[in-house]
Amino acid sequence: MAKPKVAFYWCSSCGGCEEAVVDLAEGILQVVEAVDIVFWPVALDFKRRDVEAMPDGAIDVCFINGAIRMSEQEAMANLLRRKSKLVIAYGSCAWMGGIPGLANLTSKKAIFDYVYHQAPTISNGSAVEPLPRTDVPEGELELPEFYEKVKTLDQSIEVDYYLPGCPPTPKITLEAVEAILKGALPEKGSVLAGDRALCHECKANASKPEKLLIKEFKRIQEVIPDLSKCLLAQGLLCLGPVTRGGCEARCLKAGMPCTGCFGPLEKVHDYGAKALSALASIVDSRDEAELARIFDAIPDPAGTFYRYSLPASLLGGRRQVTSDK
Amino acid sequence: MIRLAETAGKLPGVVVSREYKYACSDPGQDMIVQDVRKYGLNRVVVASCSPHLHELTFRKTVATAGQNPYLFHMVNIREHVSWVTEDPEAATAKAEALVKAAVLRAAFLRELEPRRFPVNPNVLVVGGGIAGIHTALTLANANKQVYLVEREPTIGGHMAQFDKTFPTLDCAACILTPKMTAVKQHPNIHLMTYCEVGEVSGFVGSFKVKVKKYPRYIDEDKCTGCGECIEACIFKEGKTPSEFDVGLSKRKPVYLSFPQAVPPIPVIDPEACIEFKSHKCPKSCVEACGDRAAIDFTQTTREVELEVGAVVVATGFKPFDARRLPQYGYGKHPNVYTSLEVERLVNASGPTLGQVVMRDGRKPESIGVLHCIGSRDENTNRYCSRVCCMYSLKLAHLLKEKTGAHIYNFYIDMRTPGKGFEEFYKRLLEEGISCIRGKVAEVSTWPQSPAEEGKLVLRVEDTLLGAVRRIPVDMVVLSVGLEPQADSGQTGRLFNLGCSSDGWFLERHPKLAPVDTFTDGVFLAGCCQGPKDIPDTVAQGGVAAAQSLALIDKGCVEIEPVTAFIDQEICSGCQICIAMCPYTAIQFDSEKSVAALNEALCKGCGTCVAACPSGAAQQNLFLDEQLFAEVQGVLV
Repeated sequence: MAKPKVAFYWCSSCGGCEEAVVDLAEGILQVVEAVDIVFWPVALDFKRRDVEAMPDGAIDVCFINGAIRMSEQEAMANLLRRKSKLVIAYGSCAWMGGIPGLANLTSKKAIFDYVYHQAPTISNGSAVEPLPRTDVPEGELELPEFYEKVKTLDQSIEVDYYLPGCPPTPKITLEAVEAILKGALPEKGSVLAGDRALCHECKANASKPEKLLIKEFKRIQEVIPDLSKCLLAQGLLCLGPVTRGGCEARCLKAGMPCTGCFGPLEKVHDYGAKALSALASIVDSRDEAELARIFDAIPDPAGTFYRYSLPASLLGGRRQVTSDK
Repeated sequence: MIRLAETAGKLPGVVVSREYKYACSDPGQDMIVQDVRKYGLNRVVVASCSPHLHELTFRKTVATAGQNPYLFHMVNIREHVSWVTEDPEAATAKAEALVKAAVLRAAFLRELEPRRFPVNPNVLVVGGGIAGIHTALTLANANKQVYLVEREPTIGGHMAQFDKTFPTLDCAACILTPKMTAVKQHPNIHLMTYCEVGEVSGFVGSFKVKVKKYPRYIDEDKCTGCGECIEACIFKEGKTPSEFDVGLSKRKPVYLSFPQAVPPIPVIDPEACIEFKSHKCPKSCVEACGDRAAIDFTQTTREVELEVGAVVVATGFKPFDARRLPQYGYGKHPNVYTSLEVERLVNASGPTLGQVVMRDGRKPESIGVLHCIGSRDENTNRYCSRVCCMYSLKLAHLLKEKTGAHIYNFYIDMRTPGKGFEEFYKRLLEEGISCIRGKVAEVSTWPQSPAEEGKLVLRVEDTLLGAVRRIPVDMVVLSVGLEPQADSGQTGRLFNLGCSSDGWFLERHPKLAPVDTFTDGVFLAGCCQGPKDIPDTVAQGGVAAAQSLALIDKGCVEIEPVTAFIDQEICSGCQICIAMCPYTAIQFDSEKSVAALNEALCKGCGTCVAACPSGAAQQNLFLDEQLFAEVQGVLV
């Protein structure tokens, strides 16, 4: 039997997901052994035309990481979708928009204003901005279009499975590859990680007090936490209760509270809203001034609660107020 | 409606859709039953009036047809649409959206079973006025244990302050005090005076009530009610305005509200008592009490917990504060009185032993009785207080009888709709009382003629005469209206009662459920529901007792299965819900490392559902998918 053909592609991402594949360490050898990599721009010299030349459905599995920020990424996603039997959204950006998705708190115009005009390192005397089409004497130049909003991968193309994480851990990556090779994949649309929130696999969960109530939020630089005890109970803003498990609580073992990269559980419709309502519930005060003081200790609530999931949220981002009515 | 039925018929999953004028009628219900059977329907949506009235009706209909009653959903297109939307087109569009929401929601309805709970046979009656007294006695006579809670030191309420009652002129005390004594002596009544309800939890059939018992500083078990402590008090004369005599007499720091007070146990007022202020009182009261040793200056507020199956709220009213209408000079001109003050003034056991002597020591030769003070008035209360016309006539009769003075009654409309009321009015007219149709504009002391010197001058438009008149009188009686108790909002929150815009507690239905409330197991009696006279109050007290009995004797109640449940396949054991549950219904199962919910303790408040970060905690009848489907139906 021929080895399955596998492709990797990155859209709007930091490259960490690519690193994560390499990070499989000796595990990568098993993967390379078992599959035939037909496309992986970051590591191997294939071109877009190589993909275009393939018959539709020629790729067995395509792992796409990163969100959709520009037209070129969407075009590549569409192309790969056509050529692939299975598309897997790899990592939080592809699944939920991820860190690049926080750009949805602002607008394309505001981003361009800063990046091309205001940034202290910019000297843009003729105030040029990139345009999708520019006429020059030699002819028309084309650039990818920068979208108004960041999209998740499944807001552009149909996605078969999701691997969460920023980046996905070696364990869930290998398990996913194994499941694909064995043909033991769950229902289409599944997230290939734990079925319960992180607390369930966190060693410190047993240490929780009888009533989990919080009087104060602390930031990680302010305390040296007791790692044998629940970080949330110690006042660190750990999103473990809201976040899908499967990551083996790796951050927590290193003293970092969970920031939520494994995203929401299946029954949750909006990660940030759920996180907010859960945490607001356990804040132990009925005094408005005290409540305001407690919540002021969270410096960037939108960035904290929607760090990985803003484009996938019910609102999708900040709604632009149009003043020209 | 026909268009609504047509559009509903095209919604996903709808097999049959009909328009029927009276769906709640027997033929209407029968039509639903036939359709369910004929088409094998497994969901029913009715768009009609309020679920408060007919949700139960249609659930039973669906059950009759052999389906689980919770597979029914009702859309309220009466209050939510037709009563509030003027444009018929917009109303129909709104009704269509709501029906779509209901149909989408209905797809996610699940079969449920109501929960059954036993009913605690004890009843709490809040308020010891005539309403509470009559309710308590009726229940106690039916062999039920009654807790009668009254915040004043004695029961009796306003009726105890009245002199005579209209229209029969029965002596109020003569007919009330035997009932008060009966309360005290009844083995089934646990009388708790000087007590207030502090907290209520639970639900119909099993309420838990915390009652605050204020310190009397006299031990109720030891006191014999001899009154020797009052005699012995170092205050020879009282210095504190008497609450019972509305300030017309003074009482001592240790006092009995009135001679027939029940229980006949005095109270010590720590604000007035020297022992509390200086700790230097010779305590002659303690000496007088002697071996009985009933006086205890160390008493503090205690909390008593009660468990009852039903509650009757009979918290009464407060008289309108006449100071709010300064044009009538109450509090400024000494000879302006409120009607309640006059009740005490004409009473044979009142501060003047029934002699009508004014604050300036004179006997009045002419008296003006002003109706509708704080009633039927855009500036104060718009409603009619219902009893003032009749009690004003009664006071006019009593004042005339006692003083021989000329009496004027100033009325807007004379309202005498009751048994013997109109006859009483006729009798008063025959007695020579002047009834002037017009609302008095002001009471002043500025004479414009020698005849007005030293008099209170009433300026009034006599609307039958068509002229503005100035009428000098010696004494003015302000017939104040009835208002909800100052803390009725708090009482309402305690028992989860609604209020009308005027602040009276809201009955479940103005005609067909006049003493029921929107909280099952809580009933209303007397003026807390709205102004009414003594016979109506007593009748309502009887109905409240009967409703309580109906509930108790049924033995058990069915409660909607709105409980939460935790999907243990999803729960991560994060324990956020555990601290949230106000009823300690959730425990941590450390073996499985998940939360476990005890359905018997769950009251369905939904707090854990909102807090659960995994979506593992869900609530019956309010499942996420049901709510999302409903929202989608309205918006999309």
